[in-house]
Amino acid sequence: MADEKARRPKVGLFVTCLVDLFRPTVGFAAVKLIEAAGCDVEVPAAQTCCGQPAFNSGDDGDTRAIARGVIKAFESYDYVVAPSGSCGGMLKLHYAGLFNDDPAWKARAEAFGAKVHELVSFLTDVRGMKDVAARFPGSVTYHDSCAGLRELGIRDQPRQLLGSVEGLKLVELKDANVCCGFGGTFCVKYPDISNAIVERKTEEIVASGAETLLAGDMGCLMNMAGKLQRENRSVSVRHVAEVLADMTDVPPIGETRES
Amino acid sequence: MEITSNTFKKNAREALADPALQRAMSHVRSGFIDKRARAAAALPEFDEIRDTGRDIKNHTLAHLDLYLEAYEDRVRSAGGEVHYAETAESALETVLGICRKANAKTVTKGKSMIAEEIGLNEYLEEHGIEPVETDLGEYIIQLRHEGPSHIIAPAVHLNKDQVEESFRAAHTDLPADRDLSEPTSLLNEARGILRERFLAADVGITGANFLVAETGTSVIVTNEGNGDLTQILPRVHIVVASIEKIVPTLNDVSQIMRLLARSATGQDLSVYTTFSTGPRRPDDPDGPDEYHVVILDNGRSEMLGSEFKEALRCIRCGACMNHCPVYQAVGGHAYGWVYPGPIGAVLDPQLIGIEKAGNLPNASTFCGRCEEVCPMRIPLPKMMRHWREKEFERHLSPATARYGIGLWAFFARRPRLYQWATRWAMRVLANGAIGKGRYTSLPLAGGWTKYRDFPSPEGDGRTFQEQWAARRKSA
Repeated sequence: MADEKARRPKVGLFVTCLVDLFRPTVGFAAVKLIEAAGCDVEVPAAQTCCGQPAFNSGDDGDTRAIARGVIKAFESYDYVVAPSGSCGGMLKLHYAGLFNDDPAWKARAEAFGAKVHELVSFLTDVRGMKDVAARFPGSVTYHDSCAGLRELGIRDQPRQLLGSVEGLKLVELKDANVCCGFGGTFCVKYPDISNAIVERKTEEIVASGAETLLAGDMGCLMNMAGKLQRENRSVSVRHVAEVLADMTDVPPIGETRES
Repeated sequence: MEITSNTFKKNAREALADPALQRAMSHVRSGFIDKRARAAAALPEFDEIRDTGRDIKNHTLAHLDLYLEAYEDRVRSAGGEVHYAETAESALETVLGICRKANAKTVTKGKSMIAEEIGLNEYLEEHGIEPVETDLGEYIIQLRHEGPSHIIAPAVHLNKDQVEESFRAAHTDLPADRDLSEPTSLLNEARGILRERFLAADVGITGANFLVAETGTSVIVTNEGNGDLTQILPRVHIVVASIEKIVPTLNDVSQIMRLLARSATGQDLSVYTTFSTGPRRPDDPDGPDEYHVVILDNGRSEMLGSEFKEALRCIRCGACMNHCPVYQAVGGHAYGWVYPGPIGAVLDPQLIGIEKAGNLPNASTFCGRCEEVCPMRIPLPKMMRHWREKEFERHLSPATARYGIGLWAFFARRPRLYQWATRWAMRVLANGAIGKGRYTSLPLAGGWTKYRDFPSPEGDGRTFQEQWAARRKSA
């Protein structure tokens, strides 16, 4: 019994494709935070993407194949954690529905889904983390990415942890719960509409007066960073995990040390 | 109504470049959303009533044949007539037949989305009968020969000065120097003109928010009272409604009514709620001599057995479009047919065909706000995705998109190959942006870089997986 209690839970980190390719620091930040929450972390090599590009394009065949791969690679862990509400929601809520005609896989997908969590809500809701050891002087604002907010109920958790970051002043973003216009393939299929939506978002971000914009999803962050930079705004953009893990030495998204 | 859903992208571009439209649409954002939020917050049991509303509709849809039969019986015993129309054409012919029998020259109309769906105005005009819209918004767009851009606020795409312009162009017998600068002066002018039309009409046509099986009653809610004058004054009242408007009892009506106006306009109740059961009885003070209900199917019974069944719970409050970032950006006309916004993106492909309406379920970020506010808890994003699946299955999605997804999926299904390929790709991408951190243009990503910079991969482009493997090795 004592051994059972002392055993640190094993977490499989689902890195997400955008973190893997564009922002590795977020992956390392996630590892650091999960370890700080008393877990051991492993990163299965057999992972690529959660399958949303195919799923949201109506390509269920490819999505199922990807989902089987992810489930096989991760189902042995106590928890599966992703630094993204969007990918987390996909793994947790949408995989099972792909196997409505396959009871065995459906059961596996459901058991797997029950273990999946988005990073920040995992830290607070599952591991009971109340504060972090981090310092980030300056004002930040936070955008609630849609899938995290509406599929997984992530709203207060990041604000709670950000509140414990030394020197950080959180200013609320007006319409923080309104979509940034990214929408996965939407932003390239309907660029004009996506642009109109992100323009409204950057207007509010600038109006907030914050020096840094944070959110929990790389897709939204790359979209908003790209727009802010095209508009020559001075707001920096980072994934919330970088700040919570005190790993902000790396330049903000889309910037270099010189810029 | 001419269908332009197939040119949605072009429609959207034009809408985004239209300053008057953009000015009008900013009112949707500020008006509807805050009012709905306040109304919902003021009713602690609001979410519970949403569950009740969903359950009432689910139960009704599961036994729709029985309730339709019961409804028909009650209407007949109250002295009214029920006409079933499987298609839009058959509904039009039925309405025309009733009008002809009544020797109608003009008909007044209360606001009805079903009438828009079947194209009733054009049809009546073609057959020598003049339809007069009596809802202010509908009256305005009728003068302008436009379709509605919103299901409860048909003229929401217009500004006051555009309405003034239309009134001056249409009401030429009024003094040219009259003052129409205030919204109330526009309202009064429309009211004066419509008063005459109400009195002259031979037939009144309304829609229905509910058809009550228990009593054979049709129910409409309005804020202007125009529906009452439309149905009480003429000799003949025709209700046009679709099959899913049926609810079992008056008690069910009262439950769903608690959701409808709150979700639509943020009112507790609309100003007028009118119950009609059959024609005028001998001791009634007023009412029509004849009462007809035309019940339209138009593809809905096909939805009953499909993955789109839940969309039939819709009570047409408009909350989904009010909260939709895409609708807010481009307005309702860009959708190219009668029903815009998220519910339109689900209904239109069923009603006019996915070949024509294929863009609509694709033009969504899946932000989920529509489902969040839907009083009937319709899973709208899920249904839009079902349409995308059908398009994919039937090879209707664009070849480039299919090819792109296919190529990407080929790699995404093979982790080793994927990691090998992405290592090289990210290095190249990082190298190309040394010292800048981002791209202002990028081949194959023009949709992105037209409007935004594209962040280059962090550092030297080494992927997380690559760095993680290296650390494990050295550890």
